[in-house]
Amino acid sequence: MLSVERSDEIRRVIDAHARLAVNATTLTDETDLFGAGMTSHASVNVMLALEAAFDVEFPDRMLKRSVFASIQAIAAAIEELQAVDAPV
Amino acid sequence: MPQSERVDPARSPIEQVDRRAAVGGATPDQAAFREELLARGLLIDSGVPGLYGRGGAFEDIRQRFDALVSAAAAPDQPETMRFAPLLPRRQLEASGYLHSFPHLAGSVFAFEGRESDAIEQHERASRREDWSAFQRMTDLALVPAACYPVYPALAARGEVPSGGLVVDAGSAWVFRHEPSQDPARMQMFHQRELVRIGSPGEVLEWRDRWSERGLALLRRLGLAAERDFAADPFFGRSGRMLAHNQRQQELKFELLVPLGGIEPTAVSSFNYHREHFAEHYGLLFADGSPAHTACLGFGGERVVLALLFTHGCEPGAWPAEVRHQLWGSV
Repeated sequence: MLSVERSDEIRRVIDAHARLAVNATTLTDETDLFGAGMTSHASVNVMLALEAAFDVEFPDRMLKRSVFASIQAIAAAIEELQAVDAPV
Repeated sequence: MPQSERVDPARSPIEQVDRRAAVGGATPDQAAFREELLARGLLIDSGVPGLYGRGGAFEDIRQRFDALVSAAAAPDQPETMRFAPLLPRRQLEASGYLHSFPHLAGSVFAFEGRESDAIEQHERASRREDWSAFQRMTDLALVPAACYPVYPALAARGEVPSGGLVVDAGSAWVFRHEPSQDPARMQMFHQRELVRIGSPGEVLEWRDRWSERGLALLRRLGLAAERDFAADPFFGRSGRMLAHNQRQQELKFELLVPLGGIEPTAVSSFNYHREHFAEHYGLLFADGSPAHTACLGFGGERVVLALLFTHGCEPGAWPAEVRHQLWGSV
């Protein structure tokens, strides 16, 4: 299950930067964003905007297409990064 | 040879900055090859890494290779277009190049000021000091790849015809701000480019057919060419993501030849842009759908260097078959 807050924030970033023809609220968490029209260049802008929005930095191993392919994939990556940063 | 990192008190500040600027190194083989090219007058040193003049023998080989590419392209019945090595700055801005390759781009600045400013500029320049304060950006940028002027020129005509077209952009000077001691990494060089505009199927079929043609062309010249998937040298962290995408989607491949480096050097590349340029410039079919584009380019100087490296720096002593390919019955 995705946290509602997190997936809402991801949708806001997608609306602002993915340059899709449709509103991100119409996408399911599993919708293929590249299939929905996100270009490689737009996906880079999404990546940078997600870093700013969630105060994380994607490591090199995450700088690839599959990590930004759906809202679910993005949320999983952010969750992993925030878990690393969280105080124990 | 690597540039000294030390500050030389005998030099003015701007020279010291120049000398400390990042200059790509060369392997011992590349350095020795560069020395031989200069000693034989094949290349003419300018004193700036990556900027050379070309001797007659060097230029002759490049032009002979160009003619072989033209002959190989003839079945495509390409439309010929030729452009200056300058691009309207607005076209560079529209192309997305500054997003992907800000580190390689070059733009033209020129003097703007009063007479007293001109005097001050000259005096500072004479002392090898920084005179950039008197320079303003013009409407011009250096062409980063030979195909860049083609897309806006086609878009200005209106809709892309059904079936698309092939454009022969010729052998054009292009600029990459990439100072290096490796003779195969020049800051200004010739790219022999062809461009295909059409449907995704037409464009991919053309690119794949040409990679076979290109490989055969280079192998006929006795070069140990191999094909491999590749990625462009995109800038920064976002660039690593773009490069990964490019490799994963198999959008770019190169023909590589041993040229004194640790790895073989690319002498040709085949690039499928999908709808990238169509979206930036509005290259659309009659039904409003974006045209796809691909380009292929041979690095003119790199092909010559590969021939000289492989067969030796005396073209008169090259294998007869190679000479026959380039010069006919000699």
